[in-house]
Parts: sequence; C-alpha cells; structure tokens
Amino acid sequence: MSSLAVESERGAQTHPDIQSYGEVNVDILKMLSRPGKLWWFLFGLATAGVGLLAFSWGNQLITGIGLTGLNSPVGWGVYITTFVFWVGIAHSGTLISAILYLFRAKWRQSIYRAAEAMTVFAVMTAGLFPLIHLGRAWHAYWLFPYPNERLLWPNFRSPLVWDVFAVTTYFTVSSLFLLLGLLPDIAAARDQAKPGSLRHRIYQLTSFGWRGTDRQWHHFGKAYLYMAALATPLVLSVHSVVSWDFAMAIVPGWHATIFAPYFVAGAIFSGVAMVITLTVPIRKAFGLEAYLTTKHFDAMAKLCLVTGTIVLYAYLTEFFMAWYSGEAPERQAFWNRFFGPYWWAGWIMLTCNGMIPILLWFKRVRHSIAALFVISIFINIGMWFERFVIIVTSLSHEFMPFAWGTYRPSVTEMGIVIGSFAWFAFWFLLFIRIFPPVAISELKEVLPAPLSRSAREEAAR
Amino acid sequence: MNNNRQGLMASFDYLDSTVESIKALRGNGFDEITAFAPFAEHKLEQALGYGTSPVRLFTLVGGLTGAATGFAFTIFTAMDWPLVTGGKPILSIPAYVVIAFEMMILFGVLATVIGVFWNMRIPDLKTSVVYDPEVTAGRFAVYVTAPDDRLGAARVILESNNPVKLEQDTDGEAHG
Repeated sequence: MSSLAVESERGAQTHPDIQSYGEVNVDILKMLSRPGKLWWFLFGLATAGVGLLAFSWGNQLITGIGLTGLNSPVGWGVYITTFVFWVGIAHSGTLISAILYLFRAKWRQSIYRAAEAMTVFAVMTAGLFPLIHLGRAWHAYWLFPYPNERLLWPNFRSPLVWDVFAVTTYFTVSSLFLLLGLLPDIAAARDQAKPGSLRHRIYQLTSFGWRGTDRQWHHFGKAYLYMAALATPLVLSVHSVVSWDFAMAIVPGWHATIFAPYFVAGAIFSGVAMVITLTVPIRKAFGLEAYLTTKHFDAMAKLCLVTGTIVLYAYLTEFFMAWYSGEAPERQAFWNRFFGPYWWAGWIMLTCNGMIPILLWFKRVRHSIAALFVISIFINIGMWFERFVIIVTSLSHEFMPFAWGTYRPSVTEMGIVIGSFAWFAFWFLLFIRIFPPVAISELKEVLPAPLSRSAREEAAR
Repeated sequence: MNNNRQGLMASFDYLDSTVESIKALRGNGFDEITAFAPFAEHKLEQALGYGTSPVRLFTLVGGLTGAATGFAFTIFTAMDWPLVTGGKPILSIPAYVVIAFEMMILFGVLATVIGVFWNMRIPDLKTSVVYDPEVTAGRFAVYVTAPDDRLGAARVILESNNPVKLEQDTDGEAHG
C-alpha cells in the first residue's frame, strides 16, 4: 500500500457521510446565504437584550454605582461573578484550537471555528464588566500602566494589574488566532461569490488576497503551530491569573493554593459545555449532522466529564483543607457555602457541577444530543453560581463579626447580567452569518484525499 | 519575473496526479513551480522540497523581546519611584514574572503574525493573475513558468497527468 493510500484512509471514520471536498464548501457556505426567520427572531431578541444592557448601564453611569446592591462588606457582586464566568467560557475555544491541535485530536476540526469565535466574543463580553464595575467608566484608562500626574506607576505586585495584562493579551491572541485561521475559509467564500460583486470584493479584502499557494500553506501551517504553542500556556495562565485576583487576598474561602488549577479546570468545564450549547442548535438549524457527529459530541462530553470531576474533587479538597486548617473563619466560610444565608447558591452549584455531570459516565447519555444539550445548560448555570458562591459568601462573612453583611443584586445589576448574554449572542449570531463558522479548509485535512483510479487500484492491492 | 517567460496553470482533481506532475516537472529541470491546494497538504510541500520556515525566528525573537520588555518595564517603574508597599521588596521579581510571561506571549504572537504575513506575501489583492477559483473548493493546481522554447515540454508533462483544466498565462506572473 502506498503512503498516499494510507493517508487517504485518514479520518474516513470521523466524517463517514461527507463524500467530497466540494461538498464541504457547499454545505458550510450555504450558512452565509440569506438568513431565515429563526435567525431574525434570535437576532431581534439579542438586539433587544443589548438595548437592555445599554439602558441599565447608561442609567448606572448617570445615576451612579449606588444603583447596584454593592456595599460594604460585599464590594464584588454579580459583575465580577459574570466577568469570571465569561472569561471561563472563553477558555475552551483556545483549548480546542490550540491544545487539541498540539495533541492532534482528530475531532477538533468540526467545532474549533465556532469555539474560537465563542472565545473572542466571550472575552469581549467579559471585558465589559471591569468597566461596568468601575462605576466611573470614563476613568477606564487608569487600568493601563502609565505614570499618573504624580508620576506614580501602577503596583505590579497587584493581581488586578496582572489581570489587565492577562485579559488584554488573551483577547489579542485569540482574535489573531481566529483571524489567521479564517483566511483560507474567507477565500473559499470569495471564490464562491460572483466576481465583481460587493460580496466578492469584501471577502477578497478580508482574506487579504489568499490564493492557497504552496508558500502560503507552508508558512501558514508553521505559524499556526507556533501560535498554538504560545496560546497553550496562555490559556492556562489567564485563568490562573483570574484566580489569583481572589487567592492573593487573605479572605477566608479565597486564600488557597488550589485556586489556579481549580479555576482552569472549571473554565474548561464551562467552556466546553457552552460549545455544546451553541453547536447543538447550529447543527440542527443548518443540517450539519454529517459534520458534527455523535463522535464529536461524545468527545466533548468526555472532556466535560474529566474537567467536571477535577472541579468536584477541588470542591471536596477545599472542604477538607478548611476543616484541617483548624481556622474558625475558614471553617465558617465553607460551612456557609451550603448552610449559610446563600445556601441555595451553594446547592445549585453542587447539583449542576457535581451531580448532574455524573450522567456523562453513561455512553447512552453521551450519545444523546438532546440530553447533552440539557446537561450543558445545567453546567453553565452551575458554573455561574460557583463564582457567585466563591465571591459573595466569602465577602459577606469575613473575620470581624461587626463587618458581616449580606448582598442582594439590584434590578440594574440583573439587567446588565442578562444583557451580557444578549451582547454575546448578538456578536455570535452576526459571525455565523458573515464568516464560515466551520473550518472548511482544516476539515479537508481529515477527509480522505481524492486519488486517481490508478492510485486507488494500487491501494487496493 | 522575466518577460519572455510564460506560465501554464493546470488544475487536477486528484492529489496523486498533482504530486506526480510536480515531481516530473522538477525532475525535468523546471523549478519555477507554484502549487495551489485547498488545505495544508504536506505531500505537496514534500514534493516541492520545503524545509523549515523562517516564521519560527520571528516567533523566537518576538517572544524573547516580550519577556525582556516585561521585566525591564516592571523593574524600571519600581525603580523610578521606590516606594515600599506591603512590606515587600522594591523589586518583587516573582510578581513580575506574570507580567513578563504575558508580554512574552503577546509579543511572540504579534511577531508570528507579522512574520507569517510577510512570508506568505499577503496582503496581495491583485486579481489579474490566472487563478482557479475551484481550488478553495477542493481542486489542486500546478503553475509553472518557463522560457517560450521549453513551455511545450512542460505542457506535455502536465497533460500526461490528465488535468481538468489547462490555461496558458502569457504574463507568467501568477507565482505566489
């Protein structure tokens, strides 16, 4: 058997229902045609939600931060919860596009573009929250390192400054990664458009005139590899830095060395769940059953299972450490998670993240797209509540009894949180209509290569 | 490109025909060859004899510059106005590792992107050259330029591998 023929066997199992390269272009590029009623309905809903976000934030900017429920002792509420939630969501995109690329996981091709777009828009959503939380958002430039009027520089020992560097780097890198990967696929969209049309010209411009020459592919492949190698440690570092926003403070329930790996596992857990939540409707609406097979969903479910188990283990470890430390405030913080004033949040977290994912051990569940969709939504809810539990229960009950308090999110805060989901959906819905949401060129790498009859005959021998 | 050179663009449905054409052309002394492919096909790169890519140098230099900048910046700002906070040393190197690390990644990626665009020779928006729009859909293509008297030999080699389309390019300027 010649080496070419062996190669042509590749991936015949991953996408058995795709017949030819050309079919991929037809199936994926039809997603960029005229949108249907469902898309307009969802887009209208998302636009209305963005309106809610704009109204709530505008109101808060004019009236002041007093519109929120934030006060001493709970100075971080649902804004920071939602910030951490969206940064976490962002993580699986780069995991799928970079880490699974380095590990040569053959199932990543179908989902990675959607996951990467999700990453970019999730970071864009997360990035709003520090600004919203600032109150006086017009001073947002204070976040960046420049000497102020007294020639003082920011304190680089502060994890909040690290966070600025980590999140802006992550946004830049994941956007560039997405755009680089898009070039050949935008060129495919261009070649399908009528020459001379506006669509053709826009795609020609945004593909930077990509022609798919050997030189382009050679350097593209290498650059992709190096970017993946750089993005891999970046993914792990960004959520570690976010976790240090908490772990560096001596607040009971926060000050633990387990935080970085615990947050990274949680981020990937929630991110993969979000990929499932997004790809199930896309698959259904655009008829992509041949591209997103049960094999892909099975693999994503397994990834959820692994990271979910790490998260559950981290919960238990935290409890053990609190008990073993012998520190009364530490023990109280963890008791409060399930039996304090916010017991309901703690139980939602444990049920959604610790118990429901146990179902993923069963193959029948992993092979049922509907079941996975429902479970993924539970995981998303659970992971939001995990951050709420960590932030609010700890801050409301620190060391000094006279400084204990409670926190209740206000209508403005809830409006902004709900609006952030709409803001994310707004960009994601636009993206899947403008740029190919499935990687056309990379998918062909795992399809059998077309061989002439003589080569096929040689292979059969 | 020399003006008395002309080009031939042959499109193929099959990968093996493409690889065979490239090998035969190279074996007969044609070295101005550009191959077009719908995805990064390593068989074509091998047939064309590619080695390493200079992009890796961009990545390395960018990454090292970033790490150095990160350390230099944090150390400079701490020394610019020495102020003890939290009883920590003025130069808290472990904390600066985080900044230097992020800057290493950022500069490394930016340099890689610049390097890859430079080496891929894009943006390149000219549309006047011969090009087969079916390539992004799944075809492979071989483009070869040669002096007028040798063009016939190249045509014979390309035709022997049954191209679906064979175009002549009088300008000979479609190399990528």
